[in-house]
Amino acid sequence: MDAILLQVLNGLDKGGAYALIALGLTLAFGTLGIVNFAHGALFMLGAFTAVSFNKLLTLQKVVLDTAHKTPWGDPVEIRTPYVEAMFGDFGKFMVDWSVPLSILVAIPVMLLIGVIMERGLIRHFYRRPHADQILVTFGLAIVLQEIVKHFFGANPIPQPAPHIFAGSADVGAWLGLAKGTIVYPWWRLIYFAFSAVVIAAVFAFLQLTTFGMVVRAGMRDRETVGLLGINIQRRFTIVFGLAAVVAGLAGVMYTPILPPNYHIGMEFLVLSFVVVVVGGMGSLGGAVAAGFLLGILQSFASMNEIKSLAPGIDQIIIYLVAVIILLVRPRGLMGRKGVMED
Amino acid sequence: MFAKTARGDWLLFAIFTAVVLAAPILFAPIGAGYPDLLQKFAIYGLFAIGFNILFGLTGYLSFGHAAFLGVGSYATVWMFKLLSMNVLPAVVVSVVLAGLFALLIGYVSLRRSGIYFSILTLAFAEMSYKLAYSVLTPITNGETGLQVRNLAKAGVVNFQHGDLRILDRAFGVVEHGVPMSNLFGIKMSGWPGFYFCAAALIIGFFIAMRISRSSFGMMLRAIKSNQNRLNYTGVNTRPYLLAAFVISGMYAGMAGALLAVTDPLAGAERMQWTASGEVVLMTIMGGAGTLLGPVLGASVIKYFENIFSAINENVLHQVFSWLPQGVQDVVVSILSLFVGEGWHLTLGLLFMLIVIFLPGGLMEGLGRIVSLFKRGKAASDAAQNGQEA
Amino acid sequence: MAILEIDNVNKTFGGLRALWEVNLKVEEGAVHAIIGPNGAGKSTLLNCLVGRLAPDTGRVIFAGREVLGHKPHEINQMGIARVFQTPEIFEDLTLLDNVMIPAMAKRDGSFRLNAWRRVAARAELREEAEQILEDVGLAEQRHVVCSALSRGDKRRLEMAMCLIQHPRLLLLDEPTAGMSRADTNATIDLLKKIGERGITKIIIEHDMHVVFSLASRISVLARGTFIAEGKPDEIKGNPKVQEAYLGGAQA
Ligand SMILES: Nc1ncnc2c1ncn2[C@@H]1O[C@H](COP(=O)(O)OP(=O)(O)OP(=O)(O)O)[C@@H](O)[C@H]1O
Ligand SMILES: [Mg+2]
Repeated sequence: MDAILLQVLNGLDKGGAYALIALGLTLAFGTLGIVNFAHGALFMLGAFTAVSFNKLLTLQKVVLDTAHKTPWGDPVEIRTPYVEAMFGDFGKFMVDWSVPLSILVAIPVMLLIGVIMERGLIRHFYRRPHADQILVTFGLAIVLQEIVKHFFGANPIPQPAPHIFAGSADVGAWLGLAKGTIVYPWWRLIYFAFSAVVIAAVFAFLQLTTFGMVVRAGMRDRETVGLLGINIQRRFTIVFGLAAVVAGLAGVMYTPILPPNYHIGMEFLVLSFVVVVVGGMGSLGGAVAAGFLLGILQSFASMNEIKSLAPGIDQIIIYLVAVIILLVRPRGLMGRKGVMED
Repeated sequence: MFAKTARGDWLLFAIFTAVVLAAPILFAPIGAGYPDLLQKFAIYGLFAIGFNILFGLTGYLSFGHAAFLGVGSYATVWMFKLLSMNVLPAVVVSVVLAGLFALLIGYVSLRRSGIYFSILTLAFAEMSYKLAYSVLTPITNGETGLQVRNLAKAGVVNFQHGDLRILDRAFGVVEHGVPMSNLFGIKMSGWPGFYFCAAALIIGFFIAMRISRSSFGMMLRAIKSNQNRLNYTGVNTRPYLLAAFVISGMYAGMAGALLAVTDPLAGAERMQWTASGEVVLMTIMGGAGTLLGPVLGASVIKYFENIFSAINENVLHQVFSWLPQGVQDVVVSILSLFVGEGWHLTLGLLFMLIVIFLPGGLMEGLGRIVSLFKRGKAASDAAQNGQEA
Repeated sequence: MAILEIDNVNKTFGGLRALWEVNLKVEEGAVHAIIGPNGAGKSTLLNCLVGRLAPDTGRVIFAGREVLGHKPHEINQMGIARVFQTPEIFEDLTLLDNVMIPAMAKRDGSFRLNAWRRVAARAELREEAEQILEDVGLAEQRHVVCSALSRGDKRRLEMAMCLIQHPRLLLLDEPTAGMSRADTNATIDLLKKIGERGITKIIIEHDMHVVFSLASRISVLARGTFIAEGKPDEIKGNPKVQEAYLGGAQA
């Protein structure tokens, strides 16, 4: 029982990341009709926004202390981050909380990147075949990740979670189980909660605002909304920007879980595409549900009991599910009938 | 460029063969006249020609063809280990195995079209890649990659210590040092290696040309143009697609085999989806659906990869040493983004530029230049004759 | 003898009854026109005949064989060819290729792996293809790529693509829509000419001039069911038909 619970928990954070990325992919596909292979790169850019912000915060002032000498006879260097020097304790707090604080930076940055991408490139591909869209965004993804590699190197860069979230929560004790049966890292719980909040926010935005209403109508029937004379162009841009922000935030918060490197996006992209297909192309609910479902399935597949039954299953479970879904129910779990079924 | 007549085809084939065979001389002036690079042109050219039979003719975009390349490489190295260092059995088995693997994957993937097809092929290829790294390590030797070893002492059947090579043993082949792949004794390194690949490329080109001109090829084009109409015309499109998929898988298997022939080593990274992306890129770059395009694209990419990745900052500093120091530093630091390690950035950019501005690839570009030239001539002719050309 | 028998076919889309208890017999060699207001279900009926849609219930017997449940290519191989309401041709191939393909499908069946012989070397097919293009008046443009054709020419090409297969039953969905008067008359002549070859035809048409110059029998479809059937003269004077058309026009 607790083993199962633990696996469910284990799947939640990864599932959250899949769901967030798949949500953006689906938004872009459902409204703009764009198959965006550069969406993973947006996740990666989000992660590196956090990395840059952290670097910025930890830029150090070097003061030479002539009173003390190192064993080599040089003056001792005292390094303090500028922010600490300037803001004292508040500065310390900022350094400690750099990952969550990066969210504030990432929102405008990712929005800008998304808008530039849509205006500069994606827009010209609305009427081109899907194959062309795949190809051009694939090229863009390579470009983005190579630029990041140039500036940040090829190695993963670990990011610390704030101190109070270090360590693990005894989830089992909360549920009235014996102490220590289910312990789970705090930050991964936070990640799950965070993804839930972002997803809820996106859905609220789409359900409750008139803007969202138009977008949803657009997802149902693009031609008609175009005919209504609503300025669809500008809305498309904003939707794409929104998708970029969601992917970016997913990336920011994931950095303490998995140290980002330049191709982290590609890995998530392939999986997220599979998630979208399983959920149903163009179905937002499907994307979210499939994200969590596959995350959890994956963590179950990596249990030793299961692995000994079917070796290697943890590596391929997601792809396997996708293949089966595509063959028996091509529109996906929650896709609408007739939408890209063949 | 060439008329669609039998004679035009033979002419095209003759020129192609001549260029490939004379490549060592022809490409020497641009610094590509050595076997290591030329055989890469040939191998990836073959890969792209095969990919084009699927993508270029039918429009079905597979993102998983690297899997067949990988199967070809693994099968070849295994044949080296089990049978003989002679390349013929290895190549034949590789092509057949890759074909069977393609039959399996194609049978399932082709039940869908469009982007679903792309994602299915991607999913299968990633599965293969992941499995090659994990459970299949006994066959693939995981991250280290599969290698050829010296002959085992008689009776030992442990591949960690030595290979079997039943045929070689039976024929009493004596090995000195690291075993080399060979064609009845001719070592497959250096120029002989290149010419072996070149022969494969020429044969592959010829087959592709025949396919493209056959009624099978016409059906494939019709699928790309309007699959619906074809169905209502009484054609069962799926077996045609499957045949194209398997043929292109066999080409990929052949290319993989040649990679292992020229360097007897097979690793899983050859199956990764970025490798599948590379062959898409080559095909598009040259011109999907054309005969020469894929080879052209593969060669151009491998050539620039070779040049660009060899350039480093020192070289750049030398080249721009005539600039004042400050300007020189700026120029070098910008350019260094695109060379050496940054070659992939250039590749990505090139890819985008081609898709955006020249969807027909380099062949279309050449065609445009030719027609521009012709039009210019025609216009002056027309002016003289007073009639529209 | 009836070559085609449609027996109690029903088709609904969601709540919409597109076809309701549809029965029809088409005699061999007849030119059977189906007329009716927009949205009556005419194209839907054809879609059921060629395997694009599966009706909810009913049977369709063609030359003694059940049609329903077969794939489009199988139905075509039985001898049914269709001209669509919006032209379905191979846009980026030449006209000659466009007619060669159905000719090959007719001769080689639904699949034949002929990957070696040059198409161009199959002289018999080529002659036949050029002849049919001549018949529909497109021979001049045989090496042109189809996307350059006018809408009327595309329609004629599609007709040629069907005719080269010598189908036993030809389905024509508004073959003259969007054509000029002259082109329409040329098409009527063409259809009369192929009538001499004994091909059974079902024609859906809004243009009454076309209907009355060609049809040997007319059925009237309104809101998914046949409301009248008979010789052209009988249909002309039928009050129910006039009512259906007027009602359809008002709706
Ligand atoms: N695939 C479909 N899904 C839902 N409704 C459909 C579908 N195809 C047709 N319909 C509906 O069925 C009805 C009949 O359509 P159909 O195209 O058969 O009419 P028609 O008689 O051919 O009209 P027209 O003369 O305009 O071509 C229409 O109301 C149409 O909207
Ligand atoms: Mg209609």
